[in-house]
Amino acid sequence: MSRKEWPLWEVFIRGQHGLNHRHVGSLHAPDAEMAIHHARDVYTRRKEGVSIWVVKSNDITASSPSEKGPLFDPAETKAYRHPTFFDIPDEVGHM
Amino acid sequence: MYAQMVKSEGMKSRDEMSPEELAFQDRIDRGEKIEPKEWMPEGYRKTLIRQIGQHAHSEIVGQLPEGNWITRAPTLERKAILLAKVQDEAGHGLYLYSAAETLGVSRDDLMEKLHSGAMKYSSIFNYPTLNWADMGAVGWLVDGAAIMNQVPLQRTSYGPYSRAMIRICKEESFHQRQGYAIMMKMAAGTPAQKEMAQDALNRFWYPSLMMFGPSDAESVHSAQSMAWKIKINTNDELRQKFVDQTVPQAHYLGLSIPDENLRWNEEKGGYDFSEPDWSEFFEVIKGNGPCNRERLGARVKAWDDGEWFREGLYAHAEKAAHRRMAATTAAE
Repeated sequence: MSRKEWPLWEVFIRGQHGLNHRHVGSLHAPDAEMAIHHARDVYTRRKEGVSIWVVKSNDITASSPSEKGPLFDPAETKAYRHPTFFDIPDEVGHM
Repeated sequence: MYAQMVKSEGMKSRDEMSPEELAFQDRIDRGEKIEPKEWMPEGYRKTLIRQIGQHAHSEIVGQLPEGNWITRAPTLERKAILLAKVQDEAGHGLYLYSAAETLGVSRDDLMEKLHSGAMKYSSIFNYPTLNWADMGAVGWLVDGAAIMNQVPLQRTSYGPYSRAMIRICKEESFHQRQGYAIMMKMAAGTPAQKEMAQDALNRFWYPSLMMFGPSDAESVHSAQSMAWKIKINTNDELRQKFVDQTVPQAHYLGLSIPDENLRWNEEKGGYDFSEPDWSEFFEVIKGNGPCNRERLGARVKAWDDGEWFREGLYAHAEKAAHRRMAATTAAE
């Protein structure tokens, strides 16, 4: 009896309305083709999508939780990157 | 619930906590989600594996009592609906196994623990489903009780668990409603059909109340799990909520709850009701319920019988990968 477990895959689904593929979860499958089949059964039983991507979990490189500060804190002081930072007088109209 | 009597690892007061543990608890208190690779106390991780694993097992074993009736559904439509529901349970089990795997345990390990009896599944699935009315009672009561617990768990502190619960809750409401629709049909049918519906309610009422587990108001395990936000309400709170919600639904069907002590209590704004027989609950948990051996036997058989198929797919995948590699090398 072999004790080999099918590898883990991450599943991304594009919804009906042309948005990006979105991570929805993961599953086990022996290969990419079966992963797509499984993803259809596990994650799109109610027409949640029109396209599926699968990628081996091992092939994903993730930022580490300890890098959270250096990576994301700098954006905190840059409120001017948002349109609401700028007050435009009502007389100017919609902008 | 789908996870019953999950033991938490020791409760610590703030003075006993290490700086890391304090920071962790503060994050939870602020409502932040804990994600897989972040630091967490070992007890939090272990308790979650037990809880999510047991929950997943319940979804998987929970397919069996209903699977029993797929081939005997009264109409093609009912059959298609029941099939869809059972397929959902499989999906729910898979979402939850994935969530548990983010904590560093493999799905095959969890399966093995289920099959060896080292991990449990909900007591409710050790009761038999004797006739079609039971499909109504299971959907209405069992899924109804599960929803009581799952809705608050959408806010649980562990990100992957919370996301799995959100997906599950979206789908679970269909389960309860299809069950109630079966009960409506039978309760409005011939006297014999109505009697079947009443009989199913009689048999599933107390086992459904047991799903929430014995009172844990005084339990340290429960207090720790609540501090970690992997348990949101006490068992008694959820049981009371379930009774208050279900009694009017039974009245609408013209069925009666099998409890002489059931009474509206104006003061607490809820029903007073009889406790289930907890000695029966502990017997079922120990493995002596009406269907424990049958359920686990069916699981083990399905796993063992599927082995050649799982291996076949693996072998095919490896062969195809080698062929692709050989083709690439030849092309270079």
